[in-house]
Amino acid sequence: MKKIKADPKGVLTGAHYLDGDHSLAEGGLAAGCRFFAGYPITPSTETAERFSERIPKVGGIFIQMEDELASIAALIGAVWGGKKAMTVTSGPGFSLMMENIGLACMMETPIVIANVQRGGPSTGLPTLTGQQDMMQAKWGSHGDYEIIALSPDSPQECFDLTIEAFNLSETYRVPTFVMTDECVGHMHEKVVIPPAEEIELVERKWYTGPKDKYLPYKPDKDMIPFMVKAGDGYRFHTTGLTRDERGYPVINAECQDVCVHHLVDKINKNADKIIKLEEQEIDNAEVIVISYGITSRVTTRAVEQARKAGIKIGTIRLITVWPFPEKRIKELAKKVKAFVVPEINCGQVVLEVERCAAGQAPAIHVPHCGGWVHDPDDIFKAIKEAAK
Amino acid sequence: MKKEDRLEEKNPIESLLRMDRIPHIWCPGCGIGTVVTSFAEALHKSELDLDKVAIVSGIGCTGRVAGYVKLDSFHTTHGRAIPFATGLKLAHPELKVVVFSGDGDIAGIGGNHLIHAARRNMDIMVICVNNFNYAMTGGQVAATTPKDANASTAPYGNFEYSFSLPYLAEAAGATYVARWTALHLRRVTKSIQEAFNRRGFSFIEVITPCVTLYARRNRLGDGLNLLKYYYEKSEIQHGADTRTLDISYQGKLIVGKFVDKEKPTFLDCMNEHLAKVLGEKYQLYGENND
Repeated sequence: MKKIKADPKGVLTGAHYLDGDHSLAEGGLAAGCRFFAGYPITPSTETAERFSERIPKVGGIFIQMEDELASIAALIGAVWGGKKAMTVTSGPGFSLMMENIGLACMMETPIVIANVQRGGPSTGLPTLTGQQDMMQAKWGSHGDYEIIALSPDSPQECFDLTIEAFNLSETYRVPTFVMTDECVGHMHEKVVIPPAEEIELVERKWYTGPKDKYLPYKPDKDMIPFMVKAGDGYRFHTTGLTRDERGYPVINAECQDVCVHHLVDKINKNADKIIKLEEQEIDNAEVIVISYGITSRVTTRAVEQARKAGIKIGTIRLITVWPFPEKRIKELAKKVKAFVVPEINCGQVVLEVERCAAGQAPAIHVPHCGGWVHDPDDIFKAIKEAAK
Repeated sequence: MKKEDRLEEKNPIESLLRMDRIPHIWCPGCGIGTVVTSFAEALHKSELDLDKVAIVSGIGCTGRVAGYVKLDSFHTTHGRAIPFATGLKLAHPELKVVVFSGDGDIAGIGGNHLIHAARRNMDIMVICVNNFNYAMTGGQVAATTPKDANASTAPYGNFEYSFSLPYLAEAAGATYVARWTALHLRRVTKSIQEAFNRRGFSFIEVITPCVTLYARRNRLGDGLNLLKYYYEKSEIQHGADTRTLDISYQGKLIVGKFVDKEKPTFLDCMNEHLAKVLGEKYQLYGENND
């Protein structure tokens, strides 16, 4: 992957006091996003508002679409027109986006989607937090595919991980999600935006060979096909149908096998390169708390309590949620008494922990239906239970 | 004589087709191919750089057009061709972007996108092939099926009102609106040529025969019978009031060019407005952006 420096035009270098939503926008602009299409939805609207204010001044375009179906369609179109593109939404909008997230997967189009999660289902809790869309991020569109999802726990990370999301999205030509939540989205903290020359970006994998030899979906050595944009004389075709290397539809089981395996393998086989975890005091831990996003900050308090109580405890914060750190959890399952998994839902990522632990160690879930964060005592109780 | 040298084996619009994908999937008597021919002729006659023309289709019989035309071509999801085209056009304003899709795609599932792109006066051309039913899935009733016509999901006849597409497009803000039938091939070509020369949201409806489903189910005969119907019942009325263009079952078909006006496009409005408000801070979009 070719690395380039960020365009200083989009980088608001300095120390700021920003909320997570605004930081998502600044991360996008720093990453070179010059096309934003979206539809207002609480609690993510501030990201769109900031884009609408900032992007015209850096040579980009903001368009408020008629709905979220259109927003993703416009993003994919814009990427094939040569731009980097992102949008932001929350639960109900995320549901509508699923249709064309599938198209982006099939067309191997790099787009970034931030989801400032709120409590669901349906309209649920527009103004209050949740982490209930984690499985939807992975499975929400029909068919088999893989995506990448990151989970920031602070406004600073909303900035950092949006850049990271663009880099991953361009590297693997895959929709990449920044799965934050209402708490982080509306939390104001110090956000340091570095100078442009310190921000490293991945350039799109442009094709440069002879025009008549271009095959839109021929995997390169690293599995990722080269990209072109419309208007450059390639006269290429792409479709949402199962297709061959030429991008032509081929409706049979053999082509489906190659096409779908490619979409799944390009992420799964690169999982080690993609996954980022923050681990603390894992080595002698008897209990490991696995959390992500806002819940990892609440967990800190419970972990302090546990240490005071003499429990040998370690923590893993999932910066990357999808692909899931399967290998690492498998490895640790052999060493610990139990995992504790607090999350603001009725049991989503805990299912993955359970699957990977494969009976070697139990995964104790600390559920919360949304609307507020956990009481640290509830997490502490689960830790005590796990340590028994 | 070798097969490829025989005149009848050569397609006159071959240079604009992906010949490695021919034969196409359309039924004998279908009108979509003739609209593609008109489109190709319009492209030949235009002086456009064909590398800068992109075509976007949705899903359905007409949705397959993008797959056969040798341009940068995108076969997208059902109903979303217009917002996809919106993103493509805005990202790369130098492109001429054409949406080529069916009535179900454009006016049914994608109806909301149609009116909003027209409202914004997005600089794209929409060619909407109207065959009065959802043909790819087996002839179901559509938003364009005339009242009383029979369809596989209206087995007792359709009792819903149907859309008049030119009326809808004009009301929503389109700056070029025409309707023709598959019989009016030269007129279709001319309309597409004209629309290529306009800036703004162009909407061209072409009524075409669906022999396999709509015609068979309604016992209307074959493709020739439908062309005869178009011949007998169509009436050219340029500039007709679009409120008068309703289509009744086997009734009169008013065709022609109804709207042809100039209005600043989305990008014109955006650039003018932001330059006024932001002054020097604003770099005109679409200039030095590609």
